[in-house]
Amino acid sequence: MKKLMLSSLLVSLLAACGSQPTKEAAKAPEQKAPAAAAATKPVAVNPLNDPNNILSHRSVYYDFDKSIVKDEYKPMVKAHSEYLVGHASAKVQLQGNCDERGSREYNLALGQRRADSVKQLMEAAGVPAAQVSTVSYGSEKPRAAGHNEEAWAQNRRTDIVYQSE
Amino acid sequence: MKEWRKQSALKFNGPRRGHDGNDMKKFASWVVFLFCVLCRPAVAALSIEIVGGGENQIPIAVVPFESDAPGVSSVIAADLARCGMFKMIDSGSDQTHDIAQVSFPDWKAKGADALVIGGIYPAAGGQFEVRFRLLDVAKQVQLAGFSYTVSKDQFRQTAHRIADVIYQQMTGDQGVFSTKIAYIMKRAKRFELQVADADGYGAQAVVSVASPIISPAWSPDGTKIAYVSFEQGKAVVYVQDLLSGKRHIVANYRGSNSAPAWSPDGKDIAFTLSRDGHSRIHIVNEAGGNPRLVEASPGISTEPSFSPDGQQIIFTSDRGGSPQIYRIAVAGGPAERLTFEGNYNVSPHYSPDGKSFIYLERNSGHFNVAEQDFATGQSQLLTDGDLDQSPTFAPNGKLILYASIYNGRGILAIVSTDGRIKQRLTMQSGDIREPAWGPFLK
Repeated sequence: MKKLMLSSLLVSLLAACGSQPTKEAAKAPEQKAPAAAAATKPVAVNPLNDPNNILSHRSVYYDFDKSIVKDEYKPMVKAHSEYLVGHASAKVQLQGNCDERGSREYNLALGQRRADSVKQLMEAAGVPAAQVSTVSYGSEKPRAAGHNEEAWAQNRRTDIVYQSE
Repeated sequence: MKEWRKQSALKFNGPRRGHDGNDMKKFASWVVFLFCVLCRPAVAALSIEIVGGGENQIPIAVVPFESDAPGVSSVIAADLARCGMFKMIDSGSDQTHDIAQVSFPDWKAKGADALVIGGIYPAAGGQFEVRFRLLDVAKQVQLAGFSYTVSKDQFRQTAHRIADVIYQQMTGDQGVFSTKIAYIMKRAKRFELQVADADGYGAQAVVSVASPIISPAWSPDGTKIAYVSFEQGKAVVYVQDLLSGKRHIVANYRGSNSAPAWSPDGKDIAFTLSRDGHSRIHIVNEAGGNPRLVEASPGISTEPSFSPDGQQIIFTSDRGGSPQIYRIAVAGGPAERLTFEGNYNVSPHYSPDGKSFIYLERNSGHFNVAEQDFATGQSQLLTDGDLDQSPTFAPNGKLILYASIYNGRGILAIVSTDGRIKQRLTMQSGDIREPAWGPFLK
């Protein structure tokens, strides 16, 4: 689905960039879409990608210099834990991140602890250790680029990333 | 009066460094390494802006050297002006190159305490002889005078060496003009480990990858740089050999491998490893091998820095509930907490003389560089940015290079240890961060 959206975006971008954008070019992705979707997934919506499903939420956010999972994120972590228990072949990588402030090296260690804090919740919920791995990116892979609290709040997080993604 | 004239008849007396075979050989090999190994020129040069000056500056005049097409004397003058210790006296249209022609009363009238004269002359084998004299205007004596025989691609390095001699004569401290700095340059999605002269010139990329690089650390002899790269999807410690251009992995164990710091003898690297579920400091041979755990510490322990005698390590740990600086013996034993003010003190580095350490502290939301004296426990705040980071000592302990954000971009800045002299080093494009000041070249 992501790929599809990307390709349609690309096509419309190309169309926009072309010297003489035609209606046919802009329409092309719409015509292809149903066929491609049918070919890849004949089943219902994947719960992991269903915006109405809690499993589509993947990020745990933290306060500055903290790694405690706040209560508001626990139902989401629990839902992923149940999904993993029910899908033994599914694997997740928990990616810990920090905002840019302070020490990059301390942030790398803090990001590891953030990822570990989610892992501990998952293991407590019965997820086998083999299904969960962790990594820290410290403050090196910020999602938001600004030098302000709005950006920093986005960057203090653990992402739950499924292996196939 | 007569005496100095007699002295001046001796050609450039004093320790003739440039003619010392061993010294020159080392210098030459360093230059060869710079021009041959670091063969990828960076797109933009660092530019330097002085944002503060020291008090009690020494008034000095640098007369443009004779036949100085390469601009050696202007590089010397720029070095002296930039370091904040000197007040540059305009030499006007003066063209004195020979000590016999120096009119000391005139220089005294212009307010100069010291005078630099010299010239560049053809030497055998297509080389050049760069000569200079540093003169004391009041006493009318020569303080230093050296001659260097160099090839034309060594003019800039020679100028820095002359500036170092002048700095040492006038201040009593060893100059750092001919040292190198390393830092990480982020441009678009590429990350480069770059090495440049201390004045920002001659920037060369020694590593260029599409993943983040952090924590460069110079080996004590200046021939290698350890760093952390994420190119394998997680933090791994590498060592880049600047002479051969080759690199090797020092630590790639389960979990994060990061924060490399060289032991003073250059044989070992302390680093942080999280393989047992805690970020803990380990020591491993520079070539690799089995890492030894320094302390089975609770919480996070990271950012080790060796004392100059190699016996102690200071580091960051949050074992007490907030990140603070601690000290532990390399041989083991209990860790001693060193910082107590505030709830965020990180990134410690020993001073070259081992008497103090610099670190980053958080003050009401601002992150600034501070220095704490071991003997008194007193600390002094040195910078005033919002998001300062990653402080590193110049090898003479007089200046501190650090990263900051200026106009929304990552830049490098320099502050003197008395907090008075401030400089900004900026690139035309991209973000610079993670500086590491290289050692003196022996």
